[in-house]
Amino acid sequence: MSMVDLPLAPRPVSALRIFARNRSAALAGLVLAALLLVALAAPLLAPYAPGAIGVGPAMVGPDAAHLFGTDELGRDVLSRVLYGLRISLLVGFGAAGIATALGIVMGGIAGFSGGLVDDLLMRVTEVFQVIPRFFLAVVLVAFFGASIWNIIGAIAILSWPDIARLVRAEFLTLRTRQFVDAARVAGAPAGVLIFGEILPNALAPVVVNGTLMVGQAMLLEAGLSYLGLGDPSQVSLGLILQEAQQIMRRAWWTTAFPGIAIFLAVLSLNVVGDGLNDVLNPRSRER
Amino acid sequence: MRGLDISLYVVRRLAQAVPLIFVVILLNFFLIHAAPGDPIDFLVGSMDASPEYIEDLRREFGLDQPLGTQLWAYLTRMAHFDLGYSLRYRQSVLDLILSRMPATLLLMVTALVASSAVGILLGVIAAQRPYSATDQTSTFLALAGYSMPVFWLGQLVLIVFSLHLGWFPTQGMYSLRAPAEGWGRIVDVLHHLALPAFTYSLYHLALIFRLTRIKMQETLSLDFIVTARAKGASEGRVVYGHALRNAILPVVTVIGMNFGFMLAGSVLTETVFAWPGMGRLLYEAIQARDYPVLMGLFTVLSLMVIAANVVTDLIYAVIDPRVVYR
Repeated sequence: MSMVDLPLAPRPVSALRIFARNRSAALAGLVLAALLLVALAAPLLAPYAPGAIGVGPAMVGPDAAHLFGTDELGRDVLSRVLYGLRISLLVGFGAAGIATALGIVMGGIAGFSGGLVDDLLMRVTEVFQVIPRFFLAVVLVAFFGASIWNIIGAIAILSWPDIARLVRAEFLTLRTRQFVDAARVAGAPAGVLIFGEILPNALAPVVVNGTLMVGQAMLLEAGLSYLGLGDPSQVSLGLILQEAQQIMRRAWWTTAFPGIAIFLAVLSLNVVGDGLNDVLNPRSRER
Repeated sequence: MRGLDISLYVVRRLAQAVPLIFVVILLNFFLIHAAPGDPIDFLVGSMDASPEYIEDLRREFGLDQPLGTQLWAYLTRMAHFDLGYSLRYRQSVLDLILSRMPATLLLMVTALVASSAVGILLGVIAAQRPYSATDQTSTFLALAGYSMPVFWLGQLVLIVFSLHLGWFPTQGMYSLRAPAEGWGRIVDVLHHLALPAFTYSLYHLALIFRLTRIKMQETLSLDFIVTARAKGASEGRVVYGHALRNAILPVVTVIGMNFGFMLAGSVLTETVFAWPGMGRLLYEAIQARDYPVLMGLFTVLSLMVIAANVVTDLIYAVIDPRVVYR
């Protein structure tokens, strides 16, 4: 390549275009959107009520009447999976949402004010980084009761420090930048500086991490349910898998389909997260 | 001088772990008191306790005393490695956990060695040919690997290899009919170990592969690699002698830092295959609401993770000459 052919600067490309150009990320985005729609429309799509017993013969493999087969109580596995997906996604987005909000507030305060607050927050997040989270979630849920809100709360409590560290690091570098100084000199109060000037510029890595966190929260909930710490009144995919443990030897469909649902959801979240990272993180855009 | 520096570093690093151990114990204490219900229920952890036993425990833990005194009583017990007593197993919690530890370690070490070896090798191959078919396929498989619940993977593996093909036993660590000692015993245990170890390795393979690949790609683009190539070093020497030696350091750290995550995977895998380790014990404790065992496991598993972190840092300090001992 001669010097003349070298472009002076890469042409600006819209974020959406980069995301769409990454074919696997675009595909994963579609899958995720489809799963969300299906979960939202579960009452319309499910042929039976998820808990209805004896809607078909027990332990029958997939056929025209029951696409995903039936379990040992003659419940329709497809209906259970549709409703279970709803609960699993609710836990995933709920826990990740709360953790992200909490992380932004705590990390923002620590990164903006620095000093003692910052030291304190860093010590707390360090503790969370070392203590095995899954087991802390297990004891929290076992002691406080396996309701869906306790599960969401426990996962959120364990996840917020990651976001807080991230936001703090961004705030530390951004708060000394000239555009923030300019706003400060113009008389902007702390609230405007934090939410109006710094936060919008710190959001990119938060969005990426928040997306990945949704999938992690879904897996964590599945693990808790599998160990017997699921909410029996809100049947998630993890709880369906736990019930299937007893009968999967004779009925593979009771574990295969709910597992595929969880796998597709988490996989698409992970691929979308990676894709967002490519879009939002300019350093990796050059690849 | 360097030897002194290292021993100072070791002491300092160990001292840093002490507050964390306190935090774990305080968390247990907090849970007993903050959870809804009478703290004594969590300390007894069984329905069929005699009233005398309950009174004894109440007195031992000083539950009628102020909170500060209770905390002191609790800390004293912990300082004597007294993790309580399980009425269900009629055994002290510490003995119970220690009796289950070897099975878990056998599973973890086997799987960790297998997944590290294969993961690092695949990572190097993928990094050498970025965006090739091998690279893209293994990258996708790795992503898939850690997007599925490990226990579900275990269920599928169990259905295929044990129930349909009948190659491996479905659960446990021994067969009743196998010889109780000697080679027959070892072969029997290995036969039982195969499926859980395979499941658990596949899961970690994903993590280790992804990491090695990224670190190798970064390292292969550095100046010293260009220098090595310019010197005329063979490709094998450049990749394995120069690049891998540098890329593997962060991989070692990440394996150490992910120890807690790995223990969680082990627990879930053990539950699927009824492997008689600490994970299976956790499952049984949850089913029976055996709170002393639950708290004891949380404490021991946390201590293992803290220890793993310290050991990782120390290994890192020894194998990487660039680490400054502060």
